[in-house]
Amino acid sequence: MRDVSVIGVGQTPVGEHWDRSLRDLAVEAIAEARRDAGVDRVDALYVGNMLSGELAGQENVATLVADAAGLLPKEALKIEAACASGGAVLRAAYLAVACGAHDYVLAVGVEKMTDVLTDGVTAALALAADADYEAAHGITFAALNAILMRRYMHEHRASHEDFAPFSINAHRNAALNPRAMYRQPITVEDFIRSPIVADPINILDSAGISDGAAALLVCPASEARRARRPPVRITGSACATDTLGLAERTDPLVWQAVADSARLACEQAKLKPKDIDLFELHDAFTIVSVLSLEACGFADRGSALKLAAEGRIALEGDIPICTLGGLKGRGHPVGASGTYQLVETALQLRGEAGPAQVKGASIGMAQSVGGSGSVAITHILQV
Amino acid sequence: MELPRYHRLRGPYYRLEGRACPGCSRRFFPPRSVCPTCKSGGLRPFAFCGRGTLYSWSHVLQPARGFASMAPYTVGMVRLEEGPLVSTQLADADGVELAVGMPLEMVTRRIRDADEHGYIVYGYKFRPLLMATRPRP
Repeated sequence: MRDVSVIGVGQTPVGEHWDRSLRDLAVEAIAEARRDAGVDRVDALYVGNMLSGELAGQENVATLVADAAGLLPKEALKIEAACASGGAVLRAAYLAVACGAHDYVLAVGVEKMTDVLTDGVTAALALAADADYEAAHGITFAALNAILMRRYMHEHRASHEDFAPFSINAHRNAALNPRAMYRQPITVEDFIRSPIVADPINILDSAGISDGAAALLVCPASEARRARRPPVRITGSACATDTLGLAERTDPLVWQAVADSARLACEQAKLKPKDIDLFELHDAFTIVSVLSLEACGFADRGSALKLAAEGRIALEGDIPICTLGGLKGRGHPVGASGTYQLVETALQLRGEAGPAQVKGASIGMAQSVGGSGSVAITHILQV
Repeated sequence: MELPRYHRLRGPYYRLEGRACPGCSRRFFPPRSVCPTCKSGGLRPFAFCGRGTLYSWSHVLQPARGFASMAPYTVGMVRLEEGPLVSTQLADADGVELAVGMPLEMVTRRIRDADEHGYIVYGYKFRPLLMATRPRP
C-alpha cells in the first residue's frame, strides 16, 4: 500500500442555494480543489451523495458530475453510506490511490436538500434507518436520537440544558467561517427556548437541512510535492459497522462502530486519542457529539457533558471539536458533510483556518457517521 | 408501503414474531437469518409474549411524510420480557406520565396514514399495561 496525501481542497458555501443545482454545486467544489492543488491530472472521480434520487430525482449522479465537470471519459462512481457518504468517498479515493489502481483521484461530496419541503426531507433522511422496523413506524431520525438523549439523561442524571455547550461552541466557531450557514452566536437561553422537534431534541440540538459540496484531490504522497499548497497526509482511514436498527444493540448508548473506526484509524496512524489536536465529529444532534466523544476515548462514559461544560471542546481547549462550525453551525448537507469535515481539517493543518485556526495543529481526526451510529468512517490527517 | 412488503411483514407486525437461535438460544426481534453471536443459521420463528418495559421515548412534533394526521405522536423503545429491545409507537399514552421502566403491552393499531395505495397498514404498538394504570380497589 502506498502513502496518500490530500493536495487540493474546495468547498461551496453551505446554505439554501435556491438558484443552484446539484451539478452546479459539485462543479464549483471540484474546480476550487483543482485550482487549490494546481494539478490538472484526474484519473477518477468518486461522488459521495446520499439522497440525489430521493430529493433531486437524479441517480447516475457520478456520471452527471463527471460530465458537468469536464472529466469524461474518466472512471466515475457514486459512493453511498447514508450521512457518512462524505467520509466514505474519501476512503474510496484513498483506497484507489493506496493500492495503485489510480494516481490522482477526486473525492467530492454533494447534497441538494432544500428544493423539498421539510416533511419530505424528514422521510428521505429516515431512509438511513431500518425501513421496516423504524421508518415505517414514524420513528424519524430526530426521534431515534431523542430516544437516546432521554435515556442518556436518565442514566447520567443530566438535564437538557447540559447539552447546550455543544451547540453554543458550534455556532461560535461557525461565526468565524465565511462558508458556514449559521453564523450567529447563540446563548443558553436561545438553546432552552428553541422549538421542539422530537422531545427532548429541539431545533438547536439539530444540524440544519442545507445544500453544499466539498471536494478533495488525493495522490500518492511521493508525488504530493508537485502541488501548489502544502500536502496533508492521510495516516489513518477506517470504516466500521453496527446493527442498522438502533434497538438491536446490546446497549444503544455505546456506539461501537464509532469506537471501532476511531480505534482502527488510530492504530493505523500509530496514535492515541490524546495525540489528536482537533476532532471534526459528526454533530448531527448534540447527543451524537456526546456519544462520539465517549466512544472514541476522549471522555469516559457519562462524562462528555462535563468535557463540554469545562470548555475543553473550544478552539483553545485540549480537544477542539467542530472548529469551523461542525454540522450544527456550518450546516449538514448530508452526503457532503463528511467531505466538509475533511476539507476543514486539511485547512486547519495547513494553518489556513483564519480566525478559527487551532494553534499549532498538526494532527486532525474527522469522523463521519451514518444512520444512528450504524456506519462510521474515521480519517486521521497529518502534516 | 407496497402491498407485497406489507404482506411479508405480517408475522412480525401482527404477532410480534421474531427468531430464536437454536445454537445459543438468543432471541431476536425483528427476525434475522444469522445469529450475530454464534453465527449459526437455521433460526426458528419465535413469538414474543408482547409485554415489556419502557426503555426511553420521544414525542414527535415534526413527523415524516405519511404520519401528519397522527402528529404529535409518541415513539419509544421497549425492553421485551424475553430480552430484545423493540422500536415502536406508543399508544394510549395521552395524559399518562411516562417513566423509564414502566410496564407496557402490545396492541395492534393503524401505524401510518393511508398512502397512495389506499390501504391501511396495521402493526404493533405498545401501550401502558392496563392492569398497571388502573386505580387499585
